Amino acid sequence: MSWKGIIVKQGMAPVETSTLGVVIPPQRSKQAIEGVAGSLFARINQFLEWFGYLMFFFWRVVRAAATPPYEFREFYRQLDEVGSKSLPLVALAGAAIGVVLSLEARYSLTRFGAKSMLPAAIVYSVVQEMGPIITGLVVSGRVGAGIGAELASMKVSEQIDAIEASAVNPYRLLVATRILACIVMLPLLTLAADLCGVFMGWVAQTLVDPISLTSFINSGFKGATLHDFLPPTFKTAVFGFIIGLIACFQGMRTHGGAEGVGRAATSSVVLSSLFVILADVVLVKVILICFP
Amino acid sequence: MATLDSTTTIQKDFHLDSDAPYVDVKNLHKSFGCQTVLDGINLAVRRGETMAVLGRSGTGKSVLLRIIIGLEQPDSGSVSIHGERIAGRSLDQMCGIRKRMGFLFQQGALYDSLTVGENIAFPLQHHKQNMSPTEQRERVMTLLAEVGMESAVDKMPSDISGGMQKRVGLARALALRPEIILLDEPTAGLDPISSAEINELILKLQAEHSMATIVVTHDLHSARTIANRLALLNEGRVVIQGSYEALEQSENVFVREFLNQS
Repeated sequence: MSWKGIIVKQGMAPVETSTLGVVIPPQRSKQAIEGVAGSLFARINQFLEWFGYLMFFFWRVVRAAATPPYEFREFYRQLDEVGSKSLPLVALAGAAIGVVLSLEARYSLTRFGAKSMLPAAIVYSVVQEMGPIITGLVVSGRVGAGIGAELASMKVSEQIDAIEASAVNPYRLLVATRILACIVMLPLLTLAADLCGVFMGWVAQTLVDPISLTSFINSGFKGATLHDFLPPTFKTAVFGFIIGLIACFQGMRTHGGAEGVGRAATSSVVLSSLFVILADVVLVKVILICFP
Repeated sequence: MATLDSTTTIQKDFHLDSDAPYVDVKNLHKSFGCQTVLDGINLAVRRGETMAVLGRSGTGKSVLLRIIIGLEQPDSGSVSIHGERIAGRSLDQMCGIRKRMGFLFQQGALYDSLTVGENIAFPLQHHKQNMSPTEQRERVMTLLAEVGMESAVDKMPSDISGGMQKRVGLARALALRPEIILLDEPTAGLDPISSAEINELILKLQAEHSMATIVVTHDLHSARTIANRLALLNEGRVVIQGSYEALEQSENVFVREFLNQS
């Protein structure tokens, strides 16, 4: 509140003033606090309402997915949409991360006389954290926006109603297939990002300080166990679930024509990215506890 | 168990009764916020009968159709399809009832990522798994021939006109050979020639398939052409229900005004 100041005189209660030194009456100050508190309460209420609807939506999807008929054809189509079509972007992002890590880590490790640790630093950084989170964020951007916009567009043009009117459960056909495809493809895309990151990390290093790929890999994975690599890779299945669920939810609940479609696409990306980051924090802690 | 048996018997008897309505709407109420859209609607449509629901824009005609097919839930009242009440049914249970119904949306609502042929094949692929792809293709071509759109089978919905989209939407609604068909403004936004063609098409399909048909429209001429009975809605209520002649003879101020303005 840059336009306000507080004057505290000896023996007197603090008095709120504007920038011009005009004393703000306590009544107005109280009203302002109540306004902020009310707004905060409304936001929290709004979030809880949204979360409640999300859980109800999730329950409907679970019920639809668990009962036949199963929509295999649409599921395979979604595997292609989410997986194959995201692969180039994810691979590029992984490669870029590998190069940047190699350049940055070389400088830092050389300063501390630990240049020989460079392959391990690159491999561990890419596989344990950078690969999974970058994949999660790239997919939430590409796939989250795509699913959100596609379902929202179908919703506003009554295509989802038409599916329902054709006696087909849209939660089974449209939502369950997309969420499952995201869950299956995220770990595979993460592996691709890891591979590209490690490989480009080696390329970046070998251009400066030649080292064979075998030596780089041996040095990078020295002493590593499956526990070091599998949990971080498979945690991205949770990212896939979050991205699929939120994007489908935002798409299916939209209204209001073209503006609604845009809003659904944007909110799908923003919310799924936010929840992927939050889930990452929680999952890192869980992995550290479960696989010490 | 005795209750179940007696219910089953009643339903069997009901199906045997040809005079019983296929669609029975009783005391239907629906509000959106403080706006009352339907305020105690009663309608009954029998096999082979076409009922036109008329009224000004925003009087809840489309909402009525959406409630009948279960896309909206009423606040109170009931809708029965073949004697089966649809209230409180899950989505999958509703799917069983919807297989016997066809719905033509106001804007066609064709799936824009599928071709015209794939749009019509969509219900067949999901509910007629025993049909081979060749049989499905044949059914699609038959349906397209019925609506005069064979040449558009491989076109995308965006490549055909609004009138053509409605024809394709109608063919899709007929794909499962429904006993009940609901048409939401079938002639809205069409030129007079296309409107006349759609009207003729509905009459032809009605003669061939003898369905229970509910048509929502504000086009009095279209309603008069295709419907046996008309229901005029105003402020969420049915003002009058009967033949066109009954409407003409009515002394009700709103009915007179509606007929004079149409």
